[in-house]
Amino acid sequence: MTHQTTDRTTAALPGIDPAHRELALHLLHQMLRVRRLEETCVELYSASKIRGFLHVQIGEEAVAAGVMSALGPEDAVVATYREHGHALLRGVPAGAILAEMYGKQEGCCRGRGGSMHLFDAGTRFFGGNAIVAGGLPVAVGLALADRMQGRDRVTACFFGDGAVAEGEFHESLNLAALWQLPVLFCCENNLYAMGTSLTLTESQTDLALKAAGYEIPAWGVDGMDALAVAEASRRAVDAVRSGGGPHFLEMRTFRFRAHSMFDPERYRDKAEVAQWVERDPIDTLRAHLGLPDDEWAALRTDVDAELQQAVAFAEAGTDEPVEELTRWVYSERGAR
Amino acid sequence: MKTSYREAMRTAIREAMLRDDRVFLMGEDVGHYGGCYAVSLGLLEEFGPERIRDTPLSESGFVGAGIGAALGGMRPIVEIMTVNFSLLALDQIINNAATLSHMSGGQFSVPIVIRMTTGAGRQLAAQHSHSLEGWYAHIPGLRIVAPATLADARGMLWTALEDPDPVLLFEHGTLYNVQGELDDDAGPVDIATAAVRRPGDQVSLITYGGTLPTALDAADRLAAEGIEAEVLDLRSLRPLDDAALAATVGKTHRAVVVDEGWRSGSLSAEISARITENLFYDLDAPVGRVCSAEVPMPYARHLELAALPTADRVVAAVHEVVHAGG
Repeated sequence: MTHQTTDRTTAALPGIDPAHRELALHLLHQMLRVRRLEETCVELYSASKIRGFLHVQIGEEAVAAGVMSALGPEDAVVATYREHGHALLRGVPAGAILAEMYGKQEGCCRGRGGSMHLFDAGTRFFGGNAIVAGGLPVAVGLALADRMQGRDRVTACFFGDGAVAEGEFHESLNLAALWQLPVLFCCENNLYAMGTSLTLTESQTDLALKAAGYEIPAWGVDGMDALAVAEASRRAVDAVRSGGGPHFLEMRTFRFRAHSMFDPERYRDKAEVAQWVERDPIDTLRAHLGLPDDEWAALRTDVDAELQQAVAFAEAGTDEPVEELTRWVYSERGAR
Repeated sequence: MKTSYREAMRTAIREAMLRDDRVFLMGEDVGHYGGCYAVSLGLLEEFGPERIRDTPLSESGFVGAGIGAALGGMRPIVEIMTVNFSLLALDQIINNAATLSHMSGGQFSVPIVIRMTTGAGRQLAAQHSHSLEGWYAHIPGLRIVAPATLADARGMLWTALEDPDPVLLFEHGTLYNVQGELDDDAGPVDIATAAVRRPGDQVSLITYGGTLPTALDAADRLAAEGIEAEVLDLRSLRPLDDAALAATVGKTHRAVVVDEGWRSGSLSAEISARITENLFYDLDAPVGRVCSAEVPMPYARHLELAALPTADRVVAAVHEVVHAGG
């Protein structure tokens, strides 16, 4: 992952190490890209440009930004149905993501996947899985393939706290630990499985402890602090890549918006949400950096321009001919 | 060369492992135990634990890992002990293996082969005996094959491994001990077409897998009374070979489907519907069906036999369609 930064990074503040500032600015930029993408999705959903289920990760941006900053291009990513930001930060263009949600053939899956099923072979982004915990066994298999073929790649697998209750979670952690496979398990613990609190679903709510029960090194991380996530991810990815077996990060975060566009949020207090919003990962990092207003405005202008172009790309998208409906049910590449 | 269905399958696995180092076998008890049905006996010693990989009892976990490994460039053969256990892996088979190609707009394919034992006849009762391959044949994105002969047991695996999409291979439990002659150089066979196992011109017995021997037995008995039955072995349950169905029914004008699955909402219903839709004016009688009784498979031998398609019941069904109509 390259740290894309603008020329503005040269204006280092006194007391902040330039490398640290570069990483922090990178993370801030990436989180802002996710935030604006998600806000755009919500607007487009309200305008009926996007249909189906839509799950946005506003509030959780530090997780994807931090983990992605630690991965290389040969690594693989498996994510959930709340994955627009993961796809974006993995390198899928915002235009291809929005066009996918528009159901257009210019979308990253030609309009066959939609919001919950973004895939991109070019960036080794393996979904977009809308079955809770369904991606974990696949991530284990991707890592198994790397191990059997002698490649030092890492597979990062994202899932929420809800996945921890699924059998596939336990089967996958056991397999990965048993076979010492290069998987980074990234638990995005936002405290609610849709509308049910972790305390109502888990006998043990310390999720890192569960992973430790499988002999997997597991750390709890402040998921609202992008620098903390990036640092923990870098250490974990280094360990996984150098043969240390699977690692597990429990990133404690919070989704500021509803679960989906159909959620009246009866299950949590406004006060609880407000408390977490005070810890907004973007505001926090911006304050940490002491970013001057003009630099912040310039960053926003950059990101807004990216999103405007993306919306224009999606708007210009075309419908795939209905005659192609049944393509790709079976592979068109033939025997290999 | 004299061999058995079990040995033919083992030879197929062994040869695939020798041909392509991306191929590996993974499943419960495939290694140290030698395979629940001894199909993989001796392979651990030959290929080692990396490629003959014993798994925990985690059907969803290791089937999903097979899917991931296929995405990652391997050619996994995943063995599930019985089709009933595959229900624990339905999420991975149906939500992932069958969908990833289409859902990704053709960016990914899943070249996995999942082998499993199916069927009754061994007094294993209702959690080890069902024939659910017809269910899987309902799912777009999967290929379903059912080798019923030694040549197919020997030849279908390699073709399935070369296919870019997920292939489920169903081995009927009563076939493993079937003995016969097989050419030493018997090679790959196709996994898309049906095969006529016995020619005839008065009625078509349409079947596959474990009921092929039943249908052939019935055809012998019918021949003795002067009724020449053609036996069509479907071999591939998805896709179905519509051309082969048309050819045999076009010749005999009468059809009986023999399927160990249940009748309601079934593969036999699909075949009957296709014949009616496509070949209605070729028919001289309604399509007959011989299926399992609509009960969870009982343990007691006499009850199990009463529940299953037998040659007696096939002969009786043929009598009905031969004497019906013109």
